[in-house]
Amino acid sequence: METLLEATNVRRSFPRPGGEELLVLDGVNVTLKEGEIVGLLGRSGSGKSTFLRLIAGLAKPQGGRLDYLGQPIDGPAGGIAMVFQSFALFPWLTVLENVQLGLEALALPEKEIRTRAIEAIDLIGLDGYESAYPRELSGGMRQRVGFARALVVHPNILLMDEPFSALDVLTAENLRTDLIELWQHKKLPIKSILLVTHNIEEAVQMCDRALLFSSNPGRVTTEIKIDLPHPRDRADPHFEDYVDRIYVEMTSRKIERQRNQQQTGVLPDAPITRISTSTLSGLIEALAAPQYGGKADLPDIASNLQLEVDELFPITEALQMLRLGDMEGGDIKLTHMGKLFAESETNVRKAIFQRTLVANVPFAAHIRKILDERTNHTAPRRRFIDELEDKFTEDAADETLRAITSWGRFAELFSYDAESETFSLENPT
Amino acid sequence: MKIFAPVSIETRRLLPRSWDLLAGIFVLGAIIFCAEASREVIQPLASLAHNPVSLDPANLPNYAFRTALRMLVALAFSLLFTFTYATWAAKSTRAGIILVPLLDILQSVPILGFISVTVVFFLSLAPGKVLGAEIAAVFAIFTSQAWNMAFSFYQSLRTVPVELTEAGKMFGLTGWGRFWRIEAPFALPPLVWNMMMSMSGGWFFVVAAEAISVGHTSIVLPGIGSYIAAAIEAKSLISIAWAILAMLVVIVIFDQLLFRPLVAWADRFRIDSEPSEEEPESWALTMFRRSKLMDWLSSPFDMLMRWCYRLRPLNLGVKRVSDKSSAVLDWVFYAILIALGGYIVWSVAAFAGAAFSLHELIDASLRGLATFGRVVILIALASLIWTPIGIYVGLRPHLAQVIQPIAQFLAAFPANLVFPVAVSLIVAWDLNPDIWLSPLMVLGTQWYILFNVIAGASALPRELKDAASNFQVRGWLWWKKVGIPAVMPYYVTGAITASGGSWNAAIVAEVVSWGNKTLHAYGLGAYIADATAAGDFHRIVVGVFVMSFYVVILNRLFWRPLYWYAERKFRLA
Repeated sequence: METLLEATNVRRSFPRPGGEELLVLDGVNVTLKEGEIVGLLGRSGSGKSTFLRLIAGLAKPQGGRLDYLGQPIDGPAGGIAMVFQSFALFPWLTVLENVQLGLEALALPEKEIRTRAIEAIDLIGLDGYESAYPRELSGGMRQRVGFARALVVHPNILLMDEPFSALDVLTAENLRTDLIELWQHKKLPIKSILLVTHNIEEAVQMCDRALLFSSNPGRVTTEIKIDLPHPRDRADPHFEDYVDRIYVEMTSRKIERQRNQQQTGVLPDAPITRISTSTLSGLIEALAAPQYGGKADLPDIASNLQLEVDELFPITEALQMLRLGDMEGGDIKLTHMGKLFAESETNVRKAIFQRTLVANVPFAAHIRKILDERTNHTAPRRRFIDELEDKFTEDAADETLRAITSWGRFAELFSYDAESETFSLENPT
Repeated sequence: MKIFAPVSIETRRLLPRSWDLLAGIFVLGAIIFCAEASREVIQPLASLAHNPVSLDPANLPNYAFRTALRMLVALAFSLLFTFTYATWAAKSTRAGIILVPLLDILQSVPILGFISVTVVFFLSLAPGKVLGAEIAAVFAIFTSQAWNMAFSFYQSLRTVPVELTEAGKMFGLTGWGRFWRIEAPFALPPLVWNMMMSMSGGWFFVVAAEAISVGHTSIVLPGIGSYIAAAIEAKSLISIAWAILAMLVVIVIFDQLLFRPLVAWADRFRIDSEPSEEEPESWALTMFRRSKLMDWLSSPFDMLMRWCYRLRPLNLGVKRVSDKSSAVLDWVFYAILIALGGYIVWSVAAFAGAAFSLHELIDASLRGLATFGRVVILIALASLIWTPIGIYVGLRPHLAQVIQPIAQFLAAFPANLVFPVAVSLIVAWDLNPDIWLSPLMVLGTQWYILFNVIAGASALPRELKDAASNFQVRGWLWWKKVGIPAVMPYYVTGAITASGGSWNAAIVAEVVSWGNKTLHAYGLGAYIADATAAGDFHRIVVGVFVMSFYVVILNRLFWRPLYWYAERKFRLA
């Protein structure tokens, strides 16, 4: 099979205010061959969408090679079409006009534009909607227009950037099945698909290969071949095996890294994501429920809480950081403190939370210490954000301080007045 | 391990914070200046003649302050008008029927028309005192500020989300409480934006409002506006430059001390719960928030408001008005309305009939046609120039960040300041005033087109831009299918403002003088300006009437349909 796309050691960073560079992609290696669907799977913010934009020629890599049909990609190429997460339809153009746009840019004869557009519209199941405006259509129909618009230019590679994530579950499933069916029957005028997603089941359902993307910086860590015949059944044990394998693969790496790092000084080693204490309590209570008895399979508890896996990750991480929970393979289990927390009343919970916060998040203890030392028991936010910004980017420092502030407030470790941006030991009046 | 005591240690401090010092200086300064100004206001009118406006720049700070104070007072009255008129129009269906179209017409009446007609009345309010003239000037500025604020507030009141109103009712808020705690906060962000627009509009007419000259009545109030008028008479370009500098300083101070804090503060009233991309910040607001002095000054007001929320209307035993009697009330209301309308028509006709000939009306209409042509051509020209530039700038965030505030400033900048330069050029090169005075009409208003288009182009979502370049849409196809449609609703908004402003500017721009040279263009603006100078009330009324008529017709038949078309078809969901 012909190699359509080859990415070698691709690197991409963004400048930060303050001169530092944020490395988004580093050493990304991907090959895309004719006739396959490849999924890029990773958590939000792992740089998979950035990588897709590089392939589409919408941005340029700062290092490495990115070749399409053996030629370096330099700007948007004719044979690569993209389907966007939020559809990116032009609201002032009708369905037909939206679909024709790419052909008009190719300066084809009027008649050919018309026939090819109608063909694509029929193929994707939009006949009858030609003269409708996007705002008149449901989300699913709009994304069909997005597909038709991309297919009509007969691209070699179809790039899809989370194309189903803005749709409701049923509509997404419906569209996925239709697409796979057309692909299986070789009715799509394309040679290969590159799909970016954070949804593990979606990747297992559609792809021949899943490439797992790590974050900070993004790179491909693992490749998993999915060797199942289409149409794939979610209830099939093999299907579930693949899903479990990917779950474990995606969680274990993160934990490994965390375990290997030793806490030094008061600053956290990595930025902390803000997870509300009610979300944390919710997960702890769910785990403590008789059904699980303090230990649960991640995919299982994720679906139980109606969360997607990338939504669950930061919560379990916070739980681990506070030593209220721990990971074992693909399972999460409550620690002794976590169980105690689950059994207690609000006031005792606060005390437990305060204890674990002070013990495991040194920066929270640091804030309290400063407030205790000062005669007026207040300190401006600036004082702490400056410390955090020595180590993290502006956004990360802000997010980390917000996380610690929200936990500190719950634990009654300190209080914070957002209007005057001051930490203090006084209760708000 | 140590468990910390819960956060309940009372450490309320009584010592002032460092912000207090700064805030204290501002408050004290404001009080002293106001006292000074009010002392001068009660002087007899004759005192103005003894102290004519001097071109010495040393007087400018004082003049600037007087002008700023007038604008602030006018803004306060505009707010009062907004809160009463717009609320009444929104709350009472009956009142709304008449109040809303009335506002629409008031918006179309040329601002200088108001001055010419009302100055004598205001002078009679405080006979022989400067106060009367001050009221007239403040009223003139008020007319340039109030209408769009009231409109914005009315529209917000009509769109308060139902669940907010219902929540208010469930918690037993009275109508008064609901107004201050739900409706007014909801309407605040757009109102603040309109206040800023109003302030810009006010600057344009300060010159006309401070140097009032209607027939034999000629009053010059000390201020930047009259300073400029004096500079024009003395042909002093240096003084004009000084005036521009003073105005810049005042605009910056207003921006820093009033509008920026207001915008930053109003941000919390936005109804969507998503945090804004970039929270507006203001050092002045930070100062007010951190200062104990401000706490202390505002607390009685807070207490008063809290106390009045608790007030319940007295139960006077009024029964619920039944549908039937409400229908009767409707009839009574309409009957009164018709009677009132009839009376007004009759008295206008009587007034007009005295000296108001068909001949005058035709003359004014023909001149109106000339001004109409100028406005149309100039707006078209300005659109052709600024739309592509605005799109180009708006798509480049770094460039837009630099250009956008400049365009906004130019829109706020009173363009009549550069008129003298234009006049000297026209005279020097012996150009035709009918043509070359016209550009002055859009000099100040074209920027509305530019900054609205920039805003529209910057609002184009990245995915759409990506889609266009992914499908290799370039060149003319890009402008036709992507660029121009994307900014259409914004462009129309800008063009409506620019067109309305140009009509108003016609009165100032069609007759321009520099020293003893005066240039006239054939047009309705010149007609009104001349009638005002001659003190010919009949012709003023005819001119104002004809101009309002043109503006209303243009709005109804052209701008409004275009606006709704653009909103429907091109607005990004």
